[in-house]
Amino acid sequence: MDSFISGLIKAFSLILHLNPELFGIIFLSLKVSGLALVMATLFGLPTGAILGLSRFPGQSTSVSVMNTLMGLPPVVVGLFVYLLLSRKGPLGFMGLLYSPPAMILAQTILAFPIIASLCHSAIVNIDPIIKQAATTLGATPGQTTITIIKEARYGIMSAVIAAFGRVMAEVGAILIVGGNIAGYTRVMTTTIALETDKGNFELALALGIILLSISFVINVLLHVIQKKGMANKA
Amino acid sequence: MILSVSHIMKAYQGRAILEGCSFCFDKNITYVLMGANGSGKSTFLRICALLESPDSGEIGFTAGNTPLQQDMSLRRRITLVLPRIGVFNTTVFRNVAYGLMIRGALHGDIEQQVARTLAFVGLEHKKKQHALTLSSGETQRLGIARALIIEPEILFLDEPTASVDQENTEIIESIVHAMKKDGRTTVIMTTHDREQAERLGDRLLVMKHGRIENMPSP
Repeated sequence: MDSFISGLIKAFSLILHLNPELFGIIFLSLKVSGLALVMATLFGLPTGAILGLSRFPGQSTSVSVMNTLMGLPPVVVGLFVYLLLSRKGPLGFMGLLYSPPAMILAQTILAFPIIASLCHSAIVNIDPIIKQAATTLGATPGQTTITIIKEARYGIMSAVIAAFGRVMAEVGAILIVGGNIAGYTRVMTTTIALETDKGNFELALALGIILLSISFVINVLLHVIQKKGMANKA
Repeated sequence: MILSVSHIMKAYQGRAILEGCSFCFDKNITYVLMGANGSGKSTFLRICALLESPDSGEIGFTAGNTPLQQDMSLRRRITLVLPRIGVFNTTVFRNVAYGLMIRGALHGDIEQQVARTLAFVGLEHKKKQHALTLSSGETQRLGIARALIIEPEILFLDEPTASVDQENTEIIESIVHAMKKDGRTTVIMTTHDREQAERLGDRLLVMKHGRIENMPSP
């Protein structure tokens, strides 16, 4: 108990003294997860919109596959990206293994099905009368699609935030493809795992507090967005 | 622009709704279509407004003597106000401005026209309010304002007063009267209310056995 309390005190001291190593790790984590989120949104939102608004053979199977992929085990994604980027892999010539771009790729793969699937749900839940209203007012099919996406904005924002929460807390995939190299690919979750192994609890606890705080902020944001969406519909 | 429909057939799940429906609508006249529930009035309006396709038959729009292509430019010259208004999750202003925004109108013009249209339907004081918080009568007027702002040549109104109170019914009727007076729009509306039909319509029609007929005099 004493070591936990002293660890906590030292952890807060690291945070309050703006420890450069600590904040370097936080910055890299936010950079990797943020960029992965942008990439996943760029692909996930159109995919969700296509799944929700178009009719094509195999559509319901595609939705089921996307829903299944939401539960992708991070280590499996890590293994897949590792094999893809390893020297003998199809993209090995790019030399990306054990680098931040490899971590971004792994996290993008993890976040993509979450965003696509939740965006699909948000879009299909929009009342069909909205599409009819846009059509009768002279909207082109493209403008109608944009209108529906705008109507689903709260659900879409929730999808993006949920995906951000998932990738920020992820450790398995980035450990495999990033290699946990100090100052280069070491992020919050991999540092916590490493420092705990070493018995160096101060830094691990400090990062744990930051990670929990980020998770708390994400959940508050999610709650506010969902509440706003519901309030408008009431 | 004149609208003519000929031999329109439409069935849902094997049940015939429209059975060879034919009629020719003249320019700038207000038509009121009556008929029992399920007689096919709404289906007819949805087909005329190009929201649905008939199983067979033809719909023709002409400007002067020139037949018009059923393309996007025609779609933008007609509009339908549905009985349940699909309100966009934003302000009253942005709802009414929608038709102009998708047509690429300039911001200043949009401001002016929205203000004028909201005043016309008596919602000028609700401009900044969230549209989903309007009463059912106000929502119906919002739907009409959204349609009017695009200055359609043909305006289809499907049961515009079916779910509103007396006060809003009177306001909506006065809007239709004002449009008649303006004389620039062909209005084709449906109603259950015979007295309302007589108050508003230049010509009264009835949907019977899936066909349109002129209303017999009382």
